[in-house]
Amino acid sequence: MGLKFPIFMDAQSTTACDPRVVEAMLPYFTEKFGHPASRNHPFGWEAEGAVDAARGKIAALIGARDPKELVFTSGGTEAINLALKGVAEMYKEKGTHLVTTVIEQRASMDTFKRLERQGVSVTYVPVQADGLVDVEEIRKAITDKTILISVMFANNEIGTIQDIPAIARIAKEKGIIFHTDATQAVGKIPIDVEAMGIDLLSCTAHLLYGPKGVGALYVRRKGPRVRIAPMIDGGGHERGMRSGTLPVPLIVGFGKAAEIAKADMAAEGARLAKLRDRLQDLILSSVEEAFLNGRPDRRLPHNLNISFAYVEGESVLMGLNKETALSSGSACTSSTLEPSYVIAALGASAELAHSSIRFSLHRFTTAEEVEYVGQRTIEVIKRLREMSPLYELAKEGVDIKAIKWKAE
Amino acid sequence: MAYSDKVVDHYNNPRNVGSFGKDTPGVGTGLVGAPECGDVMKLQIKVNLETGVIEDARFKTFGCGSAIASSSLATEWLKGKTIDEAAKIKNTDIVNELKLPPVKIHCSVLAEDAIKAALADYKDKQASVTTGAASK
Repeated sequence: MGLKFPIFMDAQSTTACDPRVVEAMLPYFTEKFGHPASRNHPFGWEAEGAVDAARGKIAALIGARDPKELVFTSGGTEAINLALKGVAEMYKEKGTHLVTTVIEQRASMDTFKRLERQGVSVTYVPVQADGLVDVEEIRKAITDKTILISVMFANNEIGTIQDIPAIARIAKEKGIIFHTDATQAVGKIPIDVEAMGIDLLSCTAHLLYGPKGVGALYVRRKGPRVRIAPMIDGGGHERGMRSGTLPVPLIVGFGKAAEIAKADMAAEGARLAKLRDRLQDLILSSVEEAFLNGRPDRRLPHNLNISFAYVEGESVLMGLNKETALSSGSACTSSTLEPSYVIAALGASAELAHSSIRFSLHRFTTAEEVEYVGQRTIEVIKRLREMSPLYELAKEGVDIKAIKWKAE
Repeated sequence: MAYSDKVVDHYNNPRNVGSFGKDTPGVGTGLVGAPECGDVMKLQIKVNLETGVIEDARFKTFGCGSAIASSSLATEWLKGKTIDEAAKIKNTDIVNELKLPPVKIHCSVLAEDAIKAALADYKDKQASVTTGAASK
């Protein structure tokens, strides 16, 4: 089978809808268009039934005891906002301190920043060089005012999977609510909110081959019963936690995506890990001073993140972007002009934080694509190093760190 | 962000990549930026000592595509100019030529800094050559 361009290897930014998901959704745009809150006619009953079925499938994927514990949102960002702001608001009499890590995604970070402006205090626990947070550091950050611990399940850049059960145990011990941003992990690795002691969990459909525009927040009902203040007022949908007419076709798609993910997770994870390992070996064996980011043995199976010394991330992407879609944590890919704070948090030099490239594989990635992307990456790195003054200096034996650079 | 055709062209076909010996007579070297900022440019000029005209230029850049394009363009523009003419190249000229978006203006600023640093280095070297000769 020949290669089809461009090759998509940026599946931690989004994924294509699985055709089976689209097929499941389609009738709910046209003949089955009812409002699930219309309790008095068949159109409403049909829509409500479809939403309930989808809720059940998502609950099964994350091990929720009761499908009613899922609150549908517009996506992962809203779920995270609802969890963090909802808890801060609901429990403000109890305390005003939150504990999190320095590598959470922007949806969490920006929400924390806003809460801080509103008088909430937040402790950002550092991570180790391998991207893993030391559970004891979480424990140390807790005060008598702490009402919430929020730690991402798996990182969006380096794929590192945190020791969620251990962190949840500490939270439980101290009577603190535990939230995990599982947007990158749900459907990719086994999650069981009951067995793992998770109180709140955010997820989104579009990272597991479902549609964009829908996500969910799992809110534990029993042991403990977690309460959150709503952000959106209205008809009292979703047990009053998130008003607004439910997007039935999107929810049906989310449900189908969850069903497929649950059925195929083990086989798909094993296949992607094998392809990922091949890509990793190919690149690391051919390129000197290329550094794997994140702990190799606690990593999402479809994630690979490498920093290439002496070349800047965006220039690498530019060399590939006609044929391959990848992502970089480097400055210029985002509007912020900052290097990746995740890579920087690992203690890497700022230069390496500017040089990280993320390869994220997916259900439709082929072995041929992996070979091609690996070879092309190697070529581009070599070409850019020939153009790099830092590479030249290093080859001359100059210590780049010893030079007094005039930072802008 | 989509790149302008000119940025893409300079990235794919960079002009004058390479290095001159730093101590070669007539060579001026500018090394500006910082690795932690994600941009480092090395720009070199080779001046004809008799005419004072820049005969050749070279660059090496660590940075995004716009930084590479800015320095590549700068080397093209420098060739054939006198020292004084070269000093008049402004970052806004580079922005206009490459159609750089606002977030990439710093790339053009760095290229202008690199030109100035290379010219200053050349002048310093000439001054020390002259004073060295005079004291003999």
